[in-house]
Amino acid sequence: MSDYRSWGYTPPKKQKAIRLNWKDTRLDSDENCWLPYGNGRSYGDSCLNSQGRLIDCRSLNKFISFDKNKGILRCEAGVKFNEILDTIIPLGWFLPVTPGTKYVTMGGAVANDVHGKNHHQDGTIGRHILSFELVRSDGTRLLCSPTTNQDLFRATIGGLGLTGLITWVEIKLIPVKSSFLDVETVPFKGLREFLVLSNDSNARYQYSVAWLDCVADGKNFMRGLFMRGNHHSSQSPETTHKKKNNHLSVPINFPKWSINRRSIAAFNSFYYYANKRKAGKTAVQHYDSFFYPLDSIDHWNRIYGGQGFYQYQFVVPLEKLNIMEEILHKIVSSGLGSFLAVLKEFGNHESPGMLSFPRPGICLALDFSNRGAFTLDVLQELDQLVIAAGGAVYPAKDLRMSTQAFKSFFPQAKEFTRFIDPNFSSDFWKRVYG
Amino acid sequence: MANNNPIQTIAIFGATSAVAQALAKLHAYAEDNILLLARNEEHLESIANDLKVRGANKVDCINADLAQIDQHNELLESITSFSNEIEKYYFFYGVLPDQAQCESSWEHTLDALNTNFISKVSLLSLLANKIEKEQNRSLVVVSSVAGDRGRQSNYIYGTGKGALSIFLQGLRNRLQKSNCHVITIKPGFIDTPMTESFDKNFLWASPEKVASDIYHAASKNRDVIYSPWFWRYIMLIIKCIPERIFKKLSL
Repeated sequence: MSDYRSWGYTPPKKQKAIRLNWKDTRLDSDENCWLPYGNGRSYGDSCLNSQGRLIDCRSLNKFISFDKNKGILRCEAGVKFNEILDTIIPLGWFLPVTPGTKYVTMGGAVANDVHGKNHHQDGTIGRHILSFELVRSDGTRLLCSPTTNQDLFRATIGGLGLTGLITWVEIKLIPVKSSFLDVETVPFKGLREFLVLSNDSNARYQYSVAWLDCVADGKNFMRGLFMRGNHHSSQSPETTHKKKNNHLSVPINFPKWSINRRSIAAFNSFYYYANKRKAGKTAVQHYDSFFYPLDSIDHWNRIYGGQGFYQYQFVVPLEKLNIMEEILHKIVSSGLGSFLAVLKEFGNHESPGMLSFPRPGICLALDFSNRGAFTLDVLQELDQLVIAAGGAVYPAKDLRMSTQAFKSFFPQAKEFTRFIDPNFSSDFWKRVYG
Repeated sequence: MANNNPIQTIAIFGATSAVAQALAKLHAYAEDNILLLARNEEHLESIANDLKVRGANKVDCINADLAQIDQHNELLESITSFSNEIEKYYFFYGVLPDQAQCESSWEHTLDALNTNFISKVSLLSLLANKIEKEQNRSLVVVSSVAGDRGRQSNYIYGTGKGALSIFLQGLRNRLQKSNCHVITIKPGFIDTPMTESFDKNFLWASPEKVASDIYHAASKNRDVIYSPWFWRYIMLIIKCIPERIFKKLSL
């Protein structure tokens, strides 16, 4: 059996799995607790199913059809974004939405209704899905689209794999002229400056994201770098698709002592000054380093050591800026801040996904190394603030939110439960709604 | 993916195996012409569609049970009608028989040996006679490290693979003067549907890794390769253990 775990490394619970090799294979076992598993890039326990059986979809890795003129791609659920990009970019197409790693599967992207740096213009991936096939545990195969089986279509997008097995997905791509982007970096300090920059960029830049120093206190408190970009608009020989192979890898788990306040603060300062030099200039950047900087380091999650880490991603409405500031103060004073904190303003494009996480507001994502009960207590306090702000925490990255918190973040969960397959569940679902 | 190499034409026997699928993708990205042979028609079709999207110039399928020796002549005609320019023939098909079942059933043993060895001798002999006249062709055949030394846990599988390796040595020697290449691939453990029930450790390789090794071995006309490379040294050590000691081990 392969080793099935989530990206956050913790907790290592033994998983049972069957491997699905062909999309027409039936789930013929008397198992009554299934969960589809893609490439294990969810951070918490939403991709784990300790009490049942995982359906390993990584062999469902075939393209089905590609209309090169209209940019409509149909592929099996286990196809990963890196394979899609390698195939479509030379033909002048790009993914309409991509998360910060290209090692996610198409099925996983739909099940988590992933978002990216273009959320303010294009919303989540769910808005670009034309149709998919959903297999329920009783064997029925349903075509779902905005016009057929609409309810299951909406429930499955962002549905955390609980509504059944997605076998294939059809998606509308966007045209691009090159595999490069024009990127500008602007330093800022504080949330208000961030919002001014974001407002100013939303209409002119398809992509924007900011890195925030969540460690520095005093005069450097809340310093950050705002990055915005557009696809490069002309084709020239040096801007065509190039596959880069300069991969680094973290071969082993880092020892516990190596991650501490000092090493994290040093990294943040280094990152800030290294990138501040680029300020004001427009650089031409390959899509790999713009969208997927961490993918160039295999197993980067090992730097947090064998005890793993928590990732915390949440969104707070714009009008609750004071609560967002309170949250940031709490993170900095806790000293648990992380290497990379990512700040992004979400737009107001509504996703068809019933249980989607993104909603208008400011979104922050950061890692917390696992220091046991202390880390959990801090996160618990942060949850309370997010609840007070009427915001939400991202289930794809969660390992610890309470039932009460989940119900506050996702009041639509009650409606969603009507569409869950009776023989599907996950560790996450049992924990927050079981 | 843009590429400057000339288009090749290749045939894959046992195209539905996990490693064969990964290898076919590499040829699709190189925009080659690909002929797929296997038993399951629907699965072949889904692989063919995938390869077309990935860039293959032309993909065709032949539906056949390759272990049926009496159909090999007919099969060769269908292959020839796909193209007369096939440069590389890849052999992936095979079974992993249950050793205990083989011990209690002669039919089972014979079946495994027929699929893993005899039927390949038949097909490879027919192909050898054909490519001998054409020159500049390659036969790329997947054997196994299991064929390097017999072990109690899987010696019927090992026998088929070991015999195949020796057959390939002879064939290589014969075809060398016709400027044709015989490439023996000896993979170690591969994480595929065939080995789903095994516990995996660091020795296990992905189908993609093995496929990439095969692709490079075929393009460089190597003779015998192990995949991943470290198996050459593991097997070297295993082959050096004196039989008097080896017979008492349970590896």
